[in-house]
Amino acid sequence: MADYLPHTEAELASMLQFLGLSSTAQLFDAVPAALQLGRGLNMADGLSEPDVSVRFNELASRNLGSSDRLLCFAGSGAYDHEVPPVVRALASRSEFVTAYTPYQPEVAQGVLQAIFEFQTMIARISGLPVANASLYDGATALVEAVNLGVASSGSSRVVLSSGVHPHWRQVVQTFAQGTGHEIEIVGLKNGLTDWSAIDGTCGVIVVAQPNYLGGLEDLDAVRALCDRTGAIMVVAADPVASGVLKSPGAYGADVMVGEGQGFGTALSFGGPYLGLFACTTKEIRRLPGRIVGETVDVEGRRAYVTTLRTREQDIRREKATSNVCTNQTLMAVAASIQLGWLGTEGFRELALACARGTRYLANQLRSSTTAKLLHPNLPTFRELAIRTNAPASLVIERMAAKGFLAGIAASSLTRGSDLSIDDHDLDHVLLVSVTERRTAAEIDAYVLALEEAAA
Amino acid sequence: MSSTMQAAGGKASSAPLMGRDAEPTIFELSQPGRSSFQFRTTGIPAWTAEEMFDERFLADSKVPLAEVSERDLVAHVTRLSHRQFSVDLGAYPLGSCTMKYNPKICDTIAGLPGLAGVHPGAPAFLSQGWLEIMVALEKALCEVTGMEAATLQPAAGAAGELTGLLLMRAYHAANGDVRRRIIIPDSAHGTNPASVTLGGYEVTTVPSDDRGCVDLEALKAVLGPDVAGIMLTNPNTLGLFEEDIAEIAAAVHEVGGLLYYDGANLNAIMGVVRPGDMGFDIVHMNLHKTFATPHGGGGPGAGPVAVSARLVEFLPGPRATEVDEGVFDWVMPPRSIGRVHGWHGNSLVLARALAYIEIHGGDGLRRVSERAVLNANWIRRRLSTVFDVAFDRPCMHEVVLTLASLRKEHGVKAIDIAKRLMEEGFHAPTVYFPLIVDEAIMIEPTETESVQTLEALAQAFEVALDDAINNKEAVLAAPRTTPVGRVDEARAARQLVQTFDAR
Repeated sequence: MADYLPHTEAELASMLQFLGLSSTAQLFDAVPAALQLGRGLNMADGLSEPDVSVRFNELASRNLGSSDRLLCFAGSGAYDHEVPPVVRALASRSEFVTAYTPYQPEVAQGVLQAIFEFQTMIARISGLPVANASLYDGATALVEAVNLGVASSGSSRVVLSSGVHPHWRQVVQTFAQGTGHEIEIVGLKNGLTDWSAIDGTCGVIVVAQPNYLGGLEDLDAVRALCDRTGAIMVVAADPVASGVLKSPGAYGADVMVGEGQGFGTALSFGGPYLGLFACTTKEIRRLPGRIVGETVDVEGRRAYVTTLRTREQDIRREKATSNVCTNQTLMAVAASIQLGWLGTEGFRELALACARGTRYLANQLRSSTTAKLLHPNLPTFRELAIRTNAPASLVIERMAAKGFLAGIAASSLTRGSDLSIDDHDLDHVLLVSVTERRTAAEIDAYVLALEEAAA
Repeated sequence: MSSTMQAAGGKASSAPLMGRDAEPTIFELSQPGRSSFQFRTTGIPAWTAEEMFDERFLADSKVPLAEVSERDLVAHVTRLSHRQFSVDLGAYPLGSCTMKYNPKICDTIAGLPGLAGVHPGAPAFLSQGWLEIMVALEKALCEVTGMEAATLQPAAGAAGELTGLLLMRAYHAANGDVRRRIIIPDSAHGTNPASVTLGGYEVTTVPSDDRGCVDLEALKAVLGPDVAGIMLTNPNTLGLFEEDIAEIAAAVHEVGGLLYYDGANLNAIMGVVRPGDMGFDIVHMNLHKTFATPHGGGGPGAGPVAVSARLVEFLPGPRATEVDEGVFDWVMPPRSIGRVHGWHGNSLVLARALAYIEIHGGDGLRRVSERAVLNANWIRRRLSTVFDVAFDRPCMHEVVLTLASLRKEHGVKAIDIAKRLMEEGFHAPTVYFPLIVDEAIMIEPTETESVQTLEALAQAFEVALDDAINNKEAVLAAPRTTPVGRVDEARAARQLVQTFDAR
């Protein structure tokens, strides 16, 4: 069957002979016979590439919700943004795709410089001076931010707004089983975090901007709370918002984490995505993962190299700031290209277009009798929480039949009762997002369909 | 083998990495007023920022990114790509990293709109194809590793390690058992001890014996009721099979500990021997190594974790599950440790890996491992006449040389040889790992390189060695044919310039 192995029969024979062996089985003489499998792997015979291609096309055809079939109004941390042909073409160049981690800088300047440019762009977007070379996704970047915050503040009390995406909160709680950090979840009041009960010393305070219901939080108040409690201020931010709204750094955040998928990566059923991580200069020695620095080569030419390496696992081992090794470099390269394509003006226009579309949708929903904003007076950026008369999961099913991915049912993210939404509303909350790819006509059609589907 | 053999497809010395100039950053190519972005025409009113937002939320100024034409963007990024070595360019014998050829069909599959265009929050009835891919991949990975079930969420090997440690913690806790220590060999990958700390455990290091394997007696001496488990790579990071693995497993299980298999070296043993049959309880796999998904210049990877029957109920979730014939849904394991990824894992990497597995089938995967081990032993034997092999006996998929005597006699180090190899058209092998070998050079040729490429690589080593002895300055100055020469790493750390603005 098909494979990618170059050995001819004659070469196999001569290579074995060179090793003094008479069969390939002898290559495994060091493996005790009693442990060897002694049978073939129980799986189907190999298929040719065309056969596999047919099979995967068939599998793909059963994903009825793909964005080429349903108009996407879902967001919640994964957005249907434009990824233009130029970005696709450049980011899929095999020099980037098939390289390893840039441990040998002389032959890795391409990736290293792209990452340096990425770090610069993310630092500017976050309003913070330092950004790393990427982490797995927004949720795991938040875990690293919490770990950094605890190490920096010396307190393992972590206060987490329930406005943070429920999955991200769940991931933080999973990893706290190992670190032993005490995670305290704070509820929302009218769609914004109610910090009033927080008192005493805190290690880390995490707020989402905007929060997962779409609400824009009062970050000045969070900064003041952090100053009062001694906490490191972590903002889980939608990086697109920086195109028009104040960046986390402008509010005095110590750390920004975010999901960078919207910069050049397709929806991809959730991964690979792009964990963004930026922080103050003060925290740089605690930074998780890789960072690229500029330097010179022996002839004084500008060159790039991964730096501050003594923080990392392969050198510091059990005392490393993080266990991260492989990250999401290719997505970071794609992001640097996408942000280059957007440029200064396009980045602002992107944020404005998302905000305009969302405002337009909110306006059109005003006359709806079956779907109303959960918090009508909440300032929002590009996401809305809508209360539907029918359960949100049913609305999504009905809307799919009409050609829309209507949004995300909040209850599908929270897994049961949650401090962010009243129990009696939870099953009826539909989370909706509008990107620059949605037109007024599409939104009008959506609102019309929703009126019936939400009944 | 003839030294005049031609057709070394993996030798990249013909590549015209042109020019002597640095590529400007995109910020230096920027001209105010230039742009390349284009959006849809939406027909939505062009409300201003001030109309839409309360002033307290508004940014004071635009975020300066870059202002370039699409043509300049393409030229810049293309030039950057020409300053980058890759598997597609030539052989990448980077030990421990399994830099094999990545079949293009897998990229095409990952780009299908019906896969790449699916929102991760789309409910199961709208993503049945994706769930079936995940179920099929889980089943295949469990067969390769001899395990019961797997989570596909971990985004990389290190994430898999930490997930595995949290599974150990949950398992012991469920038994009312408080355990404190994890044992790892002194040859382990650095991610192992780093993950142990994050898993809330302490590291106990066990030495290797004079054959490069875990010292069984030393291991037994550190075992006790407070040991949660052991993390092992087998074959280990020296490329050697831990022949005492059955005894090791029995001893660890005897004290109630669990065995964690670091799957970084799984490429050596597919279809030959399975971690589950060796006695392991938890296995992570690096799909970007063994299953040929491209490494992306440092990621994305994927690090699924497979477990034995007694750990299934603790797996992260929700897991894609076939709940009825041909019907798939998300199911949360009853005592799950919870989510370890924002969504379902690195899905497009998972799809690529399944395509690779289905192209090969069971026999094909075994053939992959056979050829990987054959190639590694061929290069070991070929080089053993001129270099010292750290533990000179048949290896598995990689081999470790020691250049201690070269350094002592000629003042040339492993890194110098590695840099000199680049001038011959090869990526450098791994150097200074594992830590227990002095002046280590670790070579993993992988199964996709031809014997002609291996011969060309061996000759490149010989050229580098000859220079080390007879033309030392040339080796110390290497590489001179690459876009930049040796870089000043100390300066990068001392005068940190981490962004264009920090200059």
